[in-house]
Amino acid sequence: MEKFEDKSAVTGLGMSDIGRRLMRDPLGLTLDACLDAIEDAGLTRADIDGVSTYPGVVGGAPGISGASAWDVCDALRLDVNWFNSGLEQSGQLGSVVNAMLAVATGLCRHVLCFRTVWEATYTELQRSGQIRYSGGAGRLSGGMEWRIPYGAASASNWIAMYCSHYMHRYGLTKEQLGQIALNGRRNAALTPYAIYKDPMTMDDYLNARVISTPFGLYDCDVPCDASVAFVISHVDAVKDSRRGRGIGFEAVGTANTERVSWDQGDLRYLPGVKGAADMLWSRTDLRHKDIDTAQLYDGFSFNALCWLERLGFCGEGEVGAFLEGGTRIARDGELPLNTNGGQLSAGRMHGYGFLHEACVQLLGEGGERQLPNEPRTAVCSAGGGVPGGVLLVKAL
Amino acid sequence: MSKQFKRPLPQLTDRNRFFWTAGEEGTLRFLRCSDCANLIHPPVPVCDKCLSRQQEVADVSGRATLVAVTVNEQMWMPMIEPPYVIGIVEIEEQPDVRLTTNIVQCAHEDLAIGMALEVAFEHYEDVYLPVFRPADPALRTEAG
Repeated sequence: MEKFEDKSAVTGLGMSDIGRRLMRDPLGLTLDACLDAIEDAGLTRADIDGVSTYPGVVGGAPGISGASAWDVCDALRLDVNWFNSGLEQSGQLGSVVNAMLAVATGLCRHVLCFRTVWEATYTELQRSGQIRYSGGAGRLSGGMEWRIPYGAASASNWIAMYCSHYMHRYGLTKEQLGQIALNGRRNAALTPYAIYKDPMTMDDYLNARVISTPFGLYDCDVPCDASVAFVISHVDAVKDSRRGRGIGFEAVGTANTERVSWDQGDLRYLPGVKGAADMLWSRTDLRHKDIDTAQLYDGFSFNALCWLERLGFCGEGEVGAFLEGGTRIARDGELPLNTNGGQLSAGRMHGYGFLHEACVQLLGEGGERQLPNEPRTAVCSAGGGVPGGVLLVKAL
Repeated sequence: MSKQFKRPLPQLTDRNRFFWTAGEEGTLRFLRCSDCANLIHPPVPVCDKCLSRQQEVADVSGRATLVAVTVNEQMWMPMIEPPYVIGIVEIEEQPDVRLTTNIVQCAHEDLAIGMALEVAFEHYEDVYLPVFRPADPALRTEAG
C-alpha cells in the first residue's frame, strides 16, 4: 500500500543541555536544539520551510511549553510555507506526524520540529518568587473542574487509579511494575545526558517515598529542562543530508477511538493508547517479532506497561508476567525498552525523547549504550495527557 | 458539613450548575436524555446515544461502586492536606457514568475495589462537592 509515511524521513537530530533547574531561558534551550538539528541534517536555516511543535502557546502552566512556533520562526527569521502547534493532537509526536503530512502533501521540504520543557526551572522561579504565575487563582473549567476540587491535581493521581484497577483486575504486582523503573535506571547509567544514573535496587524502588498509591517516587518521571528537535525532510533529500541516510517512517498511530477523559472510558488501559496502537499495526506488514527496540512513554511506569500490552507485545492482562524479572525488556532481551533511561531516569523530554533515542539507536550512534543487535526498527510512543500517539520508525 | 478553608472550585455555568449545587438538597443529580433516558456526564447539550437535544435533570440514588482508588500522600495544593483518598466510582443507575471523587469516612486498610459506597456532600461557598463513603455503616470512621 502506498502510504504518506514513505514520503518523509528524519534527517537531523538536536538536543539541548538537559537538567534539573538549569536556570536558562527556555527559548535559548529551544534554539540550541533547533540549530543542532539543522546542522546535523547538513542544512542551514534558509533550507527550513516549515515548523511544527507541541503544544505551542498554552493557557496553563508555562513550564510545559518553553517556546512556540512563532517564537522560533521569529528568532531565527525563518521563511516558512507552513507552521503549526497545538495541544489537541495525537500526543507530542503528533507534531512530527503533522510535519510528515506537510512534507507528503508538498507544502514543505524540510520541517523543523521541536519540543521544549522547562518545568524544573519554572518551578524554582515560582518558588523563589522571581515569577508569579498569573493563572490558577480563579475557578476551574473544562476537564479540570471534575478532578482538582478533590485534590486529584496531578497525573500521578489519575494514572495511579488506572494502575490500581489493573492490579485488582489482573494481579499485577508492584515488583513487576518496578521492572520498568529498574530497567530505565540501568540504561540511564550508560546515557551521558541522563539526570539520574545511580544504581537502583528493587528494595530502593519498593521503599521509596509514596506519592499516590501504588506509585512511589520512582514510578514518576523527572521534571526537567530540555529541548529536543528534529528535521523532517522529504525522503528524496535523505541522500543529500549530512549522513546520506536517515530514519524513515513505517507507520503512524494517530487514532483516538475513546473518551478523552481520565475516568469515563475503558478502565483496563490508559486513554489514548488503544486506538493509536491498533492503527499502527493496520498500516504495516511488520509484526511484533520484527521490532528491534521499543521506546515507550514512561511519564509514569504504568504508561509504558500499558503501551507494551496494548501494542500487543503480550496478551491482555499478561504484561505483569512479561515484565517478571525484567529480562525481556533489558538491553540484551527480546525487546530492549527505553534504552536511554526513559523519562523516569533520563528526564521528562515529554515524548520527543523517545523518538530521539529510537533514531540514535537506528543510526548506530548510541556510543556506550548502543544496542548490540544492530536495530533496524523501533516503536516509539507519546502520551501523558490524552490522547497518545505512536510511530514505527526504521533505518533507511 | 461546611468547611472554612478554601478549595479550588468549579466555575458554575448554566451547563454544570445543577450538578454542583444538587447537594444543597442532599441529592446527586445527572443530566438525562428525555428521549432515551441515557445519563450524560460530563454534561453536554446532546445525547451521545441518540443525539437528542431534549434533556432533563434527574435524581439518582447516590449509590455507587468503587472501581479505582489511590491514597494521595503528596501535597499538591496547600489547602488540601494529605493523605487523602481519591477514587473513581461507578453510578448504580448507569455504570458507564463515573465520578472522580474523594472517598471519605473509610480507613485506608478497608478501601477495596468493588466496595459499595453512598454519596455525601461537602459544602464550600456555592458548591456542594459530591464525595462518597462506605455504604456499610460498620465500615465508616468518624473523621473524613
